[in-house]
Amino acid sequence: MTALPSQPSTKKLGLVIDLDTCVGCHACAVSCKEWNTGGPAAPLTDLNPYGKDPDGVWFNRIHTYEVSQPELGPTAGQTVHLPRSCLHCESPDCVTVCPTGASYKRAEDGIVLIDEDKCIGCKLCSWACGYGAREYDQDAGVMKKCTLCVDRIYNENLKEEERQPSCVSTCPAGARHFGDLGDENSDVSKLVAERNGFDLMPELGYKPTNKYLPPRPKSGPTSSYRPLTIDKQETVDSRFLKWVDRLFSR
Amino acid sequence: MHPALSVILFTTASGTGYGLLMLLMILNLNGLLPTDRGLGMAGFAVGLTLVTGGLLASTFHLGHPERAWRAMSQWRTSWLSREGVAAIATYPLVLIFAAGWVIVGSTSGGWSLAGWLAIVLAAITVSATGMIYASLKTIPQWNNPLTVVNYLVLALAGGAVWLTSVGQLIGIDTNVLVLLTLLLLPISWALKYSYWTLVDKVPAQYDIGSATGLGGLGDVTLLEPPHTEPNFVQKEMGFTIARRHAKKLRRTAVIFAFVLPTALMVGVLMTSGGLATFLSVLALLSVSGGLLTERWLFFAEAVHVSMLFYGTQKA
Ligand code: SF4
Ligand code: SF4
Ligand code: SF4
Repeated sequence: MTALPSQPSTKKLGLVIDLDTCVGCHACAVSCKEWNTGGPAAPLTDLNPYGKDPDGVWFNRIHTYEVSQPELGPTAGQTVHLPRSCLHCESPDCVTVCPTGASYKRAEDGIVLIDEDKCIGCKLCSWACGYGAREYDQDAGVMKKCTLCVDRIYNENLKEEERQPSCVSTCPAGARHFGDLGDENSDVSKLVAERNGFDLMPELGYKPTNKYLPPRPKSGPTSSYRPLTIDKQETVDSRFLKWVDRLFSR
Repeated sequence: MHPALSVILFTTASGTGYGLLMLLMILNLNGLLPTDRGLGMAGFAVGLTLVTGGLLASTFHLGHPERAWRAMSQWRTSWLSREGVAAIATYPLVLIFAAGWVIVGSTSGGWSLAGWLAIVLAAITVSATGMIYASLKTIPQWNNPLTVVNYLVLALAGGAVWLTSVGQLIGIDTNVLVLLTLLLLPISWALKYSYWTLVDKVPAQYDIGSATGLGGLGDVTLLEPPHTEPNFVQKEMGFTIARRHAKKLRRTAVIFAFVLPTALMVGVLMTSGGLATFLSVLALLSVSGGLLTERWLFFAEAVHVSMLFYGTQKA
């Protein structure tokens, strides 16, 4: 059934991603691809992987933004890396628009999944997702998306400490956290409260479960700050260096 | 949004087919079209062919067309599912009414009941098509009531022109049909115009700052996308057409979908015989081309909010 659970689940499993700590290394994206291409959604097809226009299914993508503050000067601002995967929203239209019942949200823990045996590949759910989190597998003819590593987090064949999403355990910066956001006392909920965690595009009304922690404010440029410039006239003053410069400028 | 040919063909052909069938039945049930066997045969054949051709085209873009029957199951929440159910339910009713008309030669009594039900279901089907798009919050341009109204009225206008041609080719008196066309074309033109005006001036509700949540820190721009080649989301959702071209194409759509067919229909009214038939067929070709252009633009002009993550500033 693509109706959402009648009661929002009390357990809300999700990710908390720290934009202050994320260094944009893409390790989580790679480990996600690696794990899931062997998981329930396998394979994460790559088309033309070594050709000139490679195309493939990934559940996690890292965008890098520049946040500038022109009023504080041309160099004020910061670079922010933003990993983006399914947010396992609480009231997402991606589930309700599905005509076949392939898309569903689990009542027990809030995870949003796709039953690939039912999916007809109409792509409507990807249109209804505001976060670009659903990627169509052209080869398999079905829609695919982040499973919150449902095959890891409950997997009794794994050691207790490994029952974490692949992207979380891989992150070398410790920027990704996994837990129950429905439980106020969980580590992730405390982290969100402490650091003013926020939702992506809240106006859409899908109520994402995943939260993002804002980058901490950077110290602004001081008045004595001057951007580094390479000025030939200024730096090359000896005759010898000028000769070297000429020699190598040829 | 990427204007997929299969979806454009589906919405225009099925829409026109349902429009034609609705008008054929409404006019007959109100005594404005004769229960003429030839007209019945040709009208239902053309209408059902358009509808079926469109529905088949719509399955071409599915990854698993053989599972299409599953799409009937989620009518409680999904407009796509509702559309499928209504489309399938319309068939037997249209066929019963057509049987009464063509085989028995009667459209009254029980036959008329089937007819009225078929009309309602056809209208529901076309509205459900519109609702698939209108219900998407992620595409602000579509997310308004004019989208559904447009789908309905354009279906009727296209259907009216096609039915007039059919009537001309069968050789019945088409004055009622021509007058109806002359009423529907300007109405649909006006509604399409208001849709475009709305789309142009609807203020952006989403921006890159709120999408990324970084807007409070300063002006957000995309420094590096996650990958070098466009992915599925960018190819499917990222298609936009330059304003300049959109303007030109809107003009083309208006000329072929509304202006030319209206003029040609006036011509049909003033001429008779072969010339009138010829003009009505020209109107049919013109309106079909115009509607295809209009539908292509409907998709091509729509901006999806997920593009904000890829650097689009507002949606
Ligand atoms: S992020 Fe997209 S795919 Fe995931 S639950 Fe929300 S709307 Fe659905
Ligand atoms: S692509 Fe598959 S999961 Fe998505 S709406 Fe269509 S049938 Fe449902
Ligand atoms: S939770 Fe699993 S599937 Fe989702 S982004 Fe992380 S690694 Fe990928």
